[in-house]
Amino acid sequence: MKRRDFFLRTAGAGLGLSAVASLGGLHPLMAGPAMAAAADMAAVRGGEPNVMFDRAIAAMGGMGRFVKKGQKVVIKPNIGWDVPPDRAANTNPLLVKRIVEHCFNAGAKEVLVFDNTCDAWTKCYRTSGIEKYVREAGGKVVPGNTEGYYQEVEIRNGKKLKSAKVHELYLAADVIIDVPVLKNHESTKLTIAMKNLMGVVWDRRYWHRNDLNQCIADFAGFHRRPDLVVVDAYNVMMRHGPRGVSKSDVVNMKAQIVSTDMVAADTAAAKMFGTDPASIRYIRLAQEMGVGTMDLSSLNISRIKI
Amino acid sequence: MKVHRLKIMRIVLSLFFLIVTSLLFLDYRRIIPDSWFHVILSLQFVPSLLKFSTLLSLSAFGFLVVLILSFLFGRIYCSTICPLGIMQDVTAWLSRKTRSKKNRRYHHAKAHNILRYSILGITVAALLFGSTWLLLLLDPYSNYGRIMTYFLKPVVVGLNNVLASLLQKKDIYTLYPVSIPAVKAAVYTVPGIILVLTLWMSASKGRLYCNTVCPVGAFLGLISKVSLFHFRINKTACTSCRLCEFSCKSACIDLKNMTVDNSRCVTCFDCLDSCNFGAISYTVRKPAASVKEPELIPVTPAGKKKDFDASKRAFLLGTVAFLAGAARISSAKEYPKNARPTTIPEEKEFPVTPPGSISIQHFTGHCTACSLCIDACPSDVLQPAFLQYGLAGLMQPVMDYHAGYCNYDCVRCTEVCPTGAILPLEPEPKKLVQMGLAVFVKESCVVYTDETNCGACAEHCPTKAVHMVPYKDDLVIPETTDDICIGCGACEHACPTEPFKAIYVNGKNIQSVAQKPKTEKLENPLENTEDFPF
Repeated sequence: MKRRDFFLRTAGAGLGLSAVASLGGLHPLMAGPAMAAAADMAAVRGGEPNVMFDRAIAAMGGMGRFVKKGQKVVIKPNIGWDVPPDRAANTNPLLVKRIVEHCFNAGAKEVLVFDNTCDAWTKCYRTSGIEKYVREAGGKVVPGNTEGYYQEVEIRNGKKLKSAKVHELYLAADVIIDVPVLKNHESTKLTIAMKNLMGVVWDRRYWHRNDLNQCIADFAGFHRRPDLVVVDAYNVMMRHGPRGVSKSDVVNMKAQIVSTDMVAADTAAAKMFGTDPASIRYIRLAQEMGVGTMDLSSLNISRIKI
Repeated sequence: MKVHRLKIMRIVLSLFFLIVTSLLFLDYRRIIPDSWFHVILSLQFVPSLLKFSTLLSLSAFGFLVVLILSFLFGRIYCSTICPLGIMQDVTAWLSRKTRSKKNRRYHHAKAHNILRYSILGITVAALLFGSTWLLLLLDPYSNYGRIMTYFLKPVVVGLNNVLASLLQKKDIYTLYPVSIPAVKAAVYTVPGIILVLTLWMSASKGRLYCNTVCPVGAFLGLISKVSLFHFRINKTACTSCRLCEFSCKSACIDLKNMTVDNSRCVTCFDCLDSCNFGAISYTVRKPAASVKEPELIPVTPAGKKKDFDASKRAFLLGTVAFLAGAARISSAKEYPKNARPTTIPEEKEFPVTPPGSISIQHFTGHCTACSLCIDACPSDVLQPAFLQYGLAGLMQPVMDYHAGYCNYDCVRCTEVCPTGAILPLEPEPKKLVQMGLAVFVKESCVVYTDETNCGACAEHCPTKAVHMVPYKDDLVIPETTDDICIGCGACEHACPTEPFKAIYVNGKNIQSVAQKPKTEKLENPLENTEDFPF
């Protein structure tokens, strides 16, 4: 987005409306329901994070398919670490910003963003750039730092994880958008959409202590699941994950996967990474529990090359 | 009634110092920039002196300014800079507001010379032997810091949390709840006793604490005896109305003998303000021979004479000892006596001191436990020690990896420490300061006991000193590399086993420099792959 556009947008009180006015009718933000049948999954390569999302969400039938007027949207990026965006340990801030904008354009009343971070949360929010970008787009950045925000819920189908303390916003949201960053994880091999949800619960130690892979699958099976998954694979940490040591761990993959099915999203992302999805235990377990499918051939996938 | 301008100046300056100093401790959202801390605290006497003893540079010149001020004007530090002193002025003022006019009066009292100089002497002697033990307990700035941290801050944070939860119901998140890790009850005892003592003493007797217990007060009092400017009563103008005596919270105006004990005077200028005849003045001290009112010098009884000599000796001893003690601290490089012995394998041989604290010896020898770094730390990893450094180190901060872990890119504690116990570090060198080493206890690890993957330790490790290696089947288990480990405690904090962690950090007696983490070039895995491999 142009700087001028940004000023125009923030100047107006009706943020979404003024954006549409200033950007013109052909802008992707205006994309209504697609003419063709909306895809189950959109995979994009070769663009900037925001541009790829414009194309992907259009292929998915537009944000209006997921966000209705007056709704409260919660976006859960990965903001786990106190490292800058080029280290790819956190979700790309530009992507998060664009998603917030699309939500407002679809008529969202509120867009809230949070993560239960690993490093000191105020530093993570700031260094990741996400705090600044979300605020620029008119969204709210919400802390996840104290236990008071988390409510105990039952995980009915959980094998190891029978209950969890979940952030109240995750439970109260009309729409949940899970925005993980694809990266290496030394213990579970990869962290993508399902693993990113560890950041909406309070006691992660319990997961680690009680069969991490099973707990990830158990929580993926929790009845309240993300309505939309956007996997950021623009910059991808290939080793030393999930925190990474330096920029040398990162490749510029320029990819993105958008899906409504966490298992399918993780499967596709794993393939992009070059890892056999079947070798990642929590993906297998989640499919067995009926959370989603690893069979990508059964899906209507829109493949977009920019 | 017109208030004397010196008194107005003193009140304005003192409130300024009190407020800004307090804010440093109460800034629970950590908004105040790091660089302000040194400026605000530069004139705190004991921290500055300790810092000077380490750096031996004039960048820690604050104590010199205080010394010069004292030689020129008397105990300006006590009246306008010392937060504990100003707090007592506020209490004294408030308590007097509630009394009848007559009961507001202060009265002259004899100096408690034996007590105050003994405390000063012992403090200095301890310093000479390389122990900041008594200084830690009695430094007024540090005591004030602890009162803020352990008593006022919880109240402020509590109010914030109530407000935050109310706003949260309306989806307003500008305020957020803050949790303060619980500390051992013992930590509250020292600041608790000092708080009760100072509140009670100041409410009833003004600056009694500063003239009986406080070693800084006693030391600066010795200088005030010879300060250029001093308070003097002009006998010819004085009507003996005693208003000055009644206004003196240091109880140092003796109207019977028409003398002012400048060693106890905290230069509050209240007496100047109280006198209707300009009979008490704050002027340049004249040499004894040229004093035109020889009759005003009281005939000192033998006992008093002795006292005077004793304090003179104490002054000399004190000055020499303070400097010698400071020098000694900077040169001492001994094995710490207060380390815990290695008895149980999981037990840490040494506690972990903050980055930039050089060694346990240096740290414990310079830290006055003012608790500023504890408040400033964004990860709550700095916590007051219980017995980790031995009894003398009670309240000195220790890296508590159960409470948090040291944020890799953070140097805040090194920036704010006013005593030089933690020396300033740039972010890049800080990332290589080895505070301790991770120790892996395989037999406690989830991967070993439960045969399930975990990896929380390696996940959090910023250098990959803790990394996962193949174990059985699909399992991976942690392994540690000492030369790139900095002992930040991320692994220990994240480890889910209880009550004993399967990975913990053993502190280093003397901090060293770790190797840089390895950053070989990644072979590009994106070459020769299809755009959409599905």
